Amino acid sequence: MNPIILAVIVVSVIGVIAAIMLAVASIVMAVPVDEKAEKIREELPGANCGACGFSGCDGYAAALSKGETTCTTLCSPGGSEVSKKIAAIAGLEAGTVAPQAAVVLCQGNAHNAGTKLVYSGVKSCKMATQLFGGPKDCVYGCVGFGDCIDACPYDAIHICDGVARINPLACRACKACIKTCPKGLIELMPLHQAKAAVLCVNHDKGALTRKECKAGCIGCMKCVKACEYDAVKVENFCAKVDYDKCIGCGKCHEVCPVKAIDVIELGKIALKSINRI
Amino acid sequence: MTKAFLAILVTAILTENFLLSKFLGICPFLGVSKKLNTATGMSMAVIFVMLLATAVTYPINKFILVANDMAYLQTIVFIFVIAALVQLVEIVLKKYIPALYSALGIYLPLITTNCAVLGVVILNVDNGYNFAQSMVNTLGAGLGFLVAMVMFAGVRERLESCDVPKFMQGLPITLVAASLTSISFLGFTGIVEGIFG
Repeated sequence: MNPIILAVIVVSVIGVIAAIMLAVASIVMAVPVDEKAEKIREELPGANCGACGFSGCDGYAAALSKGETTCTTLCSPGGSEVSKKIAAIAGLEAGTVAPQAAVVLCQGNAHNAGTKLVYSGVKSCKMATQLFGGPKDCVYGCVGFGDCIDACPYDAIHICDGVARINPLACRACKACIKTCPKGLIELMPLHQAKAAVLCVNHDKGALTRKECKAGCIGCMKCVKACEYDAVKVENFCAKVDYDKCIGCGKCHEVCPVKAIDVIELGKIALKSINRI
Repeated sequence: MTKAFLAILVTAILTENFLLSKFLGICPFLGVSKKLNTATGMSMAVIFVMLLATAVTYPINKFILVANDMAYLQTIVFIFVIAALVQLVEIVLKKYIPALYSALGIYLPLITTNCAVLGVVILNVDNGYNFAQSMVNTLGAGLGFLVAMVMFAGVRERLESCDVPKFMQGLPITLVAASLTSISFLGFTGIVEGIFG
């Protein structure tokens, strides 16, 4: 036989056998796919950030489809819109997700906070923290090596003047940075409401705090007395605002001697002024 | 007999390492060596697919291609068979061993047409190995892949915590590290003759 024809036949036969084998296998060994989960998965943002508490978007979709959870508002990156869509698919009730954004509670930039040592080790907040609590005088403040930048799946964090700053418009409230920060400095705040926030977590006594950082909360209690809504508390020489009670009147900011407390509406912060907060 | 097999195995792992001496399968070497567990997962998938591919292509080569004097069709038929095979394995794994499927899952399709897999099959034929020798050589190639991947994953994890100059960050420093790791394997030259010769 003509060797060319034989070659064509051999390759075709192998191809046909392989094709039949695959076709049969895909029918015989088909695994039932959870269509509901697939559809829900398509609506989720797909960042696999873990804000919902499941192992990524696939995990959340599977849990919703199997009825392991009935809460459709767990996806904070997706917000109310995604909640509405997945509720429709899963046959559950939609809810509103109050948009939030993360804030770094520290103003200890190069201008405000002094340094106690010159650190030349690995550029990682976690590592630097192990050496006398970091290079800055204040052991509570932002180290500024950007472990949170690596953790952020949305590229919303930047280091400005030695302190991490989060662009609230890019932030999707997935909490990845909150879990990463070795100092526990980052927390979520409502995005579209003006709220007072204490941009400091220094628990040292006032006199010591003064030496460490110009913008550190000294626990003077003036904000507590000024607040008419009982929203500010001082614990361990550092003030803390209850965002549920705060209406953003700004009286605490007026009386604060170090201006550690400020009224912020994250959603309205222009990109240029992120440096400032 | 055992000695001959051991010689083939050690040669394939150390002196003729697929990644560091033959430079086959460089894509996964640079792509999935960032973390130790992904590197191990990928290597396991490679070993698995390599063994399977050798077991299937050896008889095809011997009884169909060589018997009909069509050895020139090796490359195309091998790619063909390996691709179909990996698809089949994926379906079977998904059905019967879901745990292994989710562990290898992403890596299986990735290595379907990897040159390391095709390379080992063709080299087996070129070296004139019989079936047992082919399987041992394939196992060695796979283990060598695993060794190189794990070693390099370790190197890269160290690189992560280094203060690399900006212009060298990312791929450039990875390539430099890869070449140095490759040079280190030059040291094994002649080791097989020394032990088994």
